[in-house]
Amino acid sequence: MSETVDKPRSFQEIILRLQAYWAAKGCAVLQPYDMEVGAGTFHPATTLRSLGSTPWAASYVQPSRRPTDGRYGENPNRLQHYYQYQVLIKPSPPDLQDLYLGSLKAIGIDAELHDIRFVEDDWESPTLGAWGLGWEVWCDGMEVSQFTYFQQVGGHDCRPVSGELTYGLERLAMYVLGIDHVMDMPYNDPDAPIALSYGDVFKQTEEEYSRHNFDAANTEMLLKHFEEAEAECHALLAQPAEDPKTGKRIIMVHPAYDQCIKASHLFNLLDARGVISVTERQAYIGRVRTLAKACADAFVQTTAGGWTPEVEEA
Amino acid sequence: MADLLIELFSEEIPARMQKRASEDLKSLVTNGLVEAGLTYASAGAFATPRRLALSVEGLLDASPTTVEERKGPRVGAPEKALEGFLRGAGVSKDDLEIRDEKKGQVYFAKITKPGRPAAEIVAEVLEHAIRNFPWPKSMRWGSGSLKWVRPLHSILCILSKEDGAEVVDLEIDGIKAGNTAFGHRFMAPKTFTVSGFDDYVTKLKQNFVMLDPQERADHIWHDANNQAFAQGLEVVEDKGLLAEVAGLVELPVVLMGDIEEDFLGLPPEVLQTSMKEHQKFFSVRNPATGRIEKFVTVANRETKDNGATILAGNQKVLAARLSDAKFFWENDNRTVARDGMEAMSAALANVTFHNKLGSQAARITRIASLAREIAPIVGADAEEAALAATVAKADLSSEMVYEFPELQGIMGRYYAKSAGLSDAVADACRDHYSPLGPSDDVPTEPVTVAVALADKLDTLTGFWAIDEKPTGSKDPFALRRAALGVIRLLLTNDVRLHLDRFVDAQLLAHQIAVADENDGIIDTLKEILGEIAEHGVFGAAFDAISDKLSDDEKAAVNSAAGGVPDTSEDLLAFFHDRLKVFLRDEGIRHDVIDACLVMDGNDDITLLVKRARALQQMLDTEDGTNLIQGFKRANNILTQAEEKDGVEYSYGPDLKFAESDEEKALFAALDTAEAEIKPAMEAEDFTAAMSAMADMRPAVDAFFEAVQVNADNDVVRRNRLNLLGRIRDICLSVADLTHIES
Repeated sequence: MSETVDKPRSFQEIILRLQAYWAAKGCAVLQPYDMEVGAGTFHPATTLRSLGSTPWAASYVQPSRRPTDGRYGENPNRLQHYYQYQVLIKPSPPDLQDLYLGSLKAIGIDAELHDIRFVEDDWESPTLGAWGLGWEVWCDGMEVSQFTYFQQVGGHDCRPVSGELTYGLERLAMYVLGIDHVMDMPYNDPDAPIALSYGDVFKQTEEEYSRHNFDAANTEMLLKHFEEAEAECHALLAQPAEDPKTGKRIIMVHPAYDQCIKASHLFNLLDARGVISVTERQAYIGRVRTLAKACADAFVQTTAGGWTPEVEEA
Repeated sequence: MADLLIELFSEEIPARMQKRASEDLKSLVTNGLVEAGLTYASAGAFATPRRLALSVEGLLDASPTTVEERKGPRVGAPEKALEGFLRGAGVSKDDLEIRDEKKGQVYFAKITKPGRPAAEIVAEVLEHAIRNFPWPKSMRWGSGSLKWVRPLHSILCILSKEDGAEVVDLEIDGIKAGNTAFGHRFMAPKTFTVSGFDDYVTKLKQNFVMLDPQERADHIWHDANNQAFAQGLEVVEDKGLLAEVAGLVELPVVLMGDIEEDFLGLPPEVLQTSMKEHQKFFSVRNPATGRIEKFVTVANRETKDNGATILAGNQKVLAARLSDAKFFWENDNRTVARDGMEAMSAALANVTFHNKLGSQAARITRIASLAREIAPIVGADAEEAALAATVAKADLSSEMVYEFPELQGIMGRYYAKSAGLSDAVADACRDHYSPLGPSDDVPTEPVTVAVALADKLDTLTGFWAIDEKPTGSKDPFALRRAALGVIRLLLTNDVRLHLDRFVDAQLLAHQIAVADENDGIIDTLKEILGEIAEHGVFGAAFDAISDKLSDDEKAAVNSAAGGVPDTSEDLLAFFHDRLKVFLRDEGIRHDVIDACLVMDGNDDITLLVKRARALQQMLDTEDGTNLIQGFKRANNILTQAEEKDGVEYSYGPDLKFAESDEEKALFAALDTAEAEIKPAMEAEDFTAAMSAMADMRPAVDAFFEAVQVNADNDVVRRNRLNLLGRIRDICLSVADLTHIES
């Protein structure tokens, strides 16, 4: 039985269709954040923009790194570097579930033939001091997305609430394209003059980073950088709101948040290197959370975070 | 009379919350209605993933009018008091009635509360229920402030009578109640209007929604069994999973699929756990071989291809999951077959058990040496028990248990066998965690019993040593469960063991573990530990070597381990508390246990319980209860006399001073009883001892009936008091009957 919707043929076509779909639904299609992050949620377009009352709608691809998941490119679906597609809409629209189902249709999943289910899965990020309620979405028993209504980020209640969708692109694409090993997945059009598989693009880097993450990364340096990033984050936020040069109110939230992201990734690398004990682990997570909370506190003091001079006076 | 139908339609409600939520909706609404004076005939509540529904039948059309009478101030009371009364009662002075009371004339007001129409009350009650719904976790969405488990989309609320249905006027945060409902999300995503509960259920069916969770569960179970039976197979029963799956679908469609040949060699527990945890599949077993051969999944829709695409997808996901499991299984087996279980347990050295109690490896070493000591008492080979304890937790560092923690123990047994260890050792790996729940089977295989006891005693003494005892409802380390486990292991296997000795030794072992840095004292502590086996308890063991110690060394031992006896006593009291709870269920009274607790050997749980059971048995007889009365009478008289005379009447009475027949008969009865009780007690035959004691009753009763203890002749009086003293001594040798409540 053939499906009624038209099927994509490559990894990149799935990404392109998601971009086109969410663009048509009114999202600002952003580009990936230019730093190493563990998940699309870390992009300031999600973490910071989910705070405050200013409406927001954005979607983007985010390369994500999980150093401990490296398998030298050999495991059929585990990677230390992979892609997430992320949608964040604030306030969450009443038809967000339908919008989401529309996006599945756009990438070739026909709800007439498949069994799509919303299965309870509450989301919590101890490093971001964030939590929300929602589901993991199952397609024929396979988890294809995370669907979350943010309740708190950086220790702040989300008012209004943002709806967040996260698609694990490789897994989703492998399912749609019927591929068993991620490295075999067509990256571009399989009929292109130079057809490239996911393996052609990423097999070597997976090997290199797996070796680096597990055995070679200089832990002393990483520890030092962690301390520095932490100190810098606090230092930037400790500066007075008024810039002495321009006389303007310029709180350096994003530069500080960059340091928080850095610290988080450095922690992940240290974890992969196995130099963090179980008890220390909690302490490191707590230190990153402190940074995330400090950035969230600062963001709501900025214009994008809903601050106005009137708010200040009230 | 009217019927009320409510439906709260939302985004997907977690399966585990649905049942409770439908019950809460029912009680919140019906209680609210009844409080407002609206009684009803019957009510039923239902839940699907997307809706909570409540049907209330035979509801009054309006609440009855009520009249309340209220007493006011005296006539002539200050004007202010009267004003306040009028304001509170909502009436004017002209409406008041004046009545003559004892203390003069008093104002009375009649307050009439007119009945209210049902719709008005329903609207109030439902709004209150929605705003105060006890979800375990709830959330906000969009820009609203209403909280619900997931976004609430629509409210259906109608009151129907024979002449039609009326929508209840209600609006909550922009959601206006109506008379429309939605069909299945994918198969019938349109709305339809509803006129009453029967109409609602029928139309939902037509729109592919089965409202009743029990009907969905029954349908799944029935269909799954039919499909399995047709192929000569059976579905592995799992009620929890059935309820969960019924809460994940509005239209259950049962599909049975194959497990690839490659994976059929995995242990059935692995297949079952992986399929259940990750995919919520039922396992389908071949009854002839016990092998799991197929799975059943439940989809939420029918499709043109009869579920072929859905089944193929599920099969593929399962294959990916099982390849992981197979990879773990093969790796783990390879490790133990090549290098033994020790290769697996080596990694536990880096795993912290508790930050104040050291690593898992250190814990295992302690458990092994304790198991070695307990082994002979429970009839196990000491070395085999120590080996079993050493490998029993190795599977905690296996890849399989890392992935599926609930397989701990079960995998240990498989891996122990792969490592070529004996069945007794392999079984201990699996069963030494038992008993967990109060109704779990208790292990009886001696090696397992030794390891299970050692494991639990080490845990209890460890947390006692660091003062992390359970408090109130908080018992994060499940210590109550561990203590009950020890009690049940001892009783089921009739194990005679002095807890004091093992508790003291293990407390000391914990002290040695934490005192490791300070080696000066460690050797002395170890020496004391060695002596405990000989001398029974810490104190005696310490005394045994104290001659050899300098004052400084003694002081050091005292500061490191001086608390052991107190801690040990406290832990024993905890065991006794748990024992009381356990025996209460058996019908043994707490005072009976108290009467036995004060006797010697109360750290031997089996002995203690034997005594308590025999005493309870005696108290259940007429002779027994009466004997207690006799004992108490004797004891009271004695206590008074002893207080008055300042002496203790415990010298043997002399028959030659006996005057009456009853008195002489009591001498004879006591002789007989004593002759039976003494050997029975030595043989720990408490039943015989108690029965001999109860046999004294007629003689005791007759004595009190006929004889005046406080005779004028002082010699006779003292002799009689000493005779009572003998009754007391005989009884107290069996159990401390002073604790028994009348």
